[in-house]
Amino acid sequence: MELIHNFMQEYANWFYLIGAVLFILTLRGLSGPKTAIAGNRYGMIAMAIAVVTTFFVANNPVIWLILAAMAAGAVVGIARARTVPMTQMPETVALMHSLVGLAAVLIAIAAILHNNILTASFADNADALTAAGIEHAHMSKVHLFELFVGCFVGAITFTASVFAYGKLAAKKWAKTIKGGWVKPLQALIFLAMLASGIMFFTTGDMTAFWAMTVLALAFGWIWIAPVGGGDMPVVVSLLNSFSGWAAAGIGFTLENNMLIVAGSLVGSSGAILSYIMCKAMNRSIINVLFGGIATAGPAAATDGEVKQRNYRSGSADDAGFLMSNADSVVIVPGYGMAQGRAQNAVKELANLLKEQGVTVRFAIHPVAGRMPGHMNVLLAEADVDYEDILEMDEINSDFPATDVVLVIGANDVVNPAAKDDPTSPIYGMPILEAHKARTIMVIKRSMATGYAGLDNDLFYNDKTMMVFGDAKKVVEDMTKAINGSGH
Amino acid sequence: MVETITIFVLAIFVGYYVVWGVTPALHTPLMAVTNALSSIIIVGAMIQTIGLPVIGVEGSVDFQTINVVSILGAIAVFLASINIFGGFAVTARMLEMFKPKQKKVTKE
Repeated sequence: MELIHNFMQEYANWFYLIGAVLFILTLRGLSGPKTAIAGNRYGMIAMAIAVVTTFFVANNPVIWLILAAMAAGAVVGIARARTVPMTQMPETVALMHSLVGLAAVLIAIAAILHNNILTASFADNADALTAAGIEHAHMSKVHLFELFVGCFVGAITFTASVFAYGKLAAKKWAKTIKGGWVKPLQALIFLAMLASGIMFFTTGDMTAFWAMTVLALAFGWIWIAPVGGGDMPVVVSLLNSFSGWAAAGIGFTLENNMLIVAGSLVGSSGAILSYIMCKAMNRSIINVLFGGIATAGPAAATDGEVKQRNYRSGSADDAGFLMSNADSVVIVPGYGMAQGRAQNAVKELANLLKEQGVTVRFAIHPVAGRMPGHMNVLLAEADVDYEDILEMDEINSDFPATDVVLVIGANDVVNPAAKDDPTSPIYGMPILEAHKARTIMVIKRSMATGYAGLDNDLFYNDKTMMVFGDAKKVVEDMTKAINGSGH
Repeated sequence: MVETITIFVLAIFVGYYVVWGVTPALHTPLMAVTNALSSIIIVGAMIQTIGLPVIGVEGSVDFQTINVVSILGAIAVFLASINIFGGFAVTARMLEMFKPKQKKVTKE
């Protein structure tokens, strides 16, 4: 036993290195659905190696307490993972970010209290403690600074993610706040937070530490609270990045390379996702977080005057008939499909059309839904073939040769104003060029505008037929209509 | 210090190139699995779940297993474990859905 212990301590960093390499392979695996499953397993192995190694590295660990906490966490985590519906993935991911943030805060607090307690004990009984082989080095300024970073990034991640969770799960308490006072208050809290942080790490004063932590918690909330629901893909990606930086910050404090590597991987992953989301909305990250498209006043103002525009609406039966006679159909799903839980009905419809010899494909815009890849997961759950689902760049050139485009609960991502109206707030945003197809059908609850508050020219296009109603109900009716006519 | 920063910077570069290689269809599983990965902070939580020395009456040194530090550490272990087990499990569940299906025979 002693032998194993010494061996593990001696080679701990080698084990952490193996873990770090396996983490890189985990992300590498996600380049395709075939290699991803193996990648996920590498991640699990790496985590197991890290945890086992840490048991040997830790100084006097309370093993039963750690194991009990782990077991409880495993029960909660696995139960949630097994049962969560895919439509609820965005809020689940946000909730997970908040846990990483809170854990980072608790670790930072524990590390500081640990340091203070040992310092106090040594002040009284240095001889006895030294005789018992206990060592204690004061925390250096560098350490305090690292803890400060880990703690405040963690605290912001925690409350911001809790708010994002509430927003995505449509909880009443997660109210979007608006008003001229928001930005000054944000700035005030942020500056106060920085000031107490600096005070803490120059003087080591505990009051400053608690003040910094509380202010960081407050800042996380008020920072995200003004951001609208449609911008949540960016927020969720950004918080993903933050949770990584918090882990890296703790890694610096512990001088543990595996934490630093894992934190950096996650940090850059979230940053790249945020970038992709912003680019897909043609907006900068600053604009999403501090500008807000909600202030797009001119569009809302002109809205009132152009209300009386003509559009064509049709029944689900007509739409079904048209589709069954088409050669090619492209389905464009959006958040409305997730909200209406229509993915299985959509899959049925696609299958039926395929049986009738129609080519059916799905076109996914990067910001469709409430998080990156949201639509892909929903369609995968409904058993739609991976090969039938295409990204924006892959399908855009095919629209002119497409007979029918069926838009389900998507709006801004197919708004042609992004292409040809320089006055539009979303001008320049890449879109799915559904308007180029021969016929466009749009399933929508009403003529109300999308989250951006913009009117959509596509709905008034001569080639467009609006089908009003609940996404799931309409799609089921379409399926029935095609079935009825086929027999 | 410079060694850790070297590792940090190089890891960001590795992350940058690896993540650009992730197919957009798998962005949701990517977020779930990165959540599990950042819960590697469980290492930090475990290191704080420790007994602290207390001085006995005769100057002997004992270890107190339940103390404010170990409780905070244990809560952090609990939170990180939810993410680790939940994150890997939900990723596995999603990836299973993305698996190419053999059973289908395409009808012409």
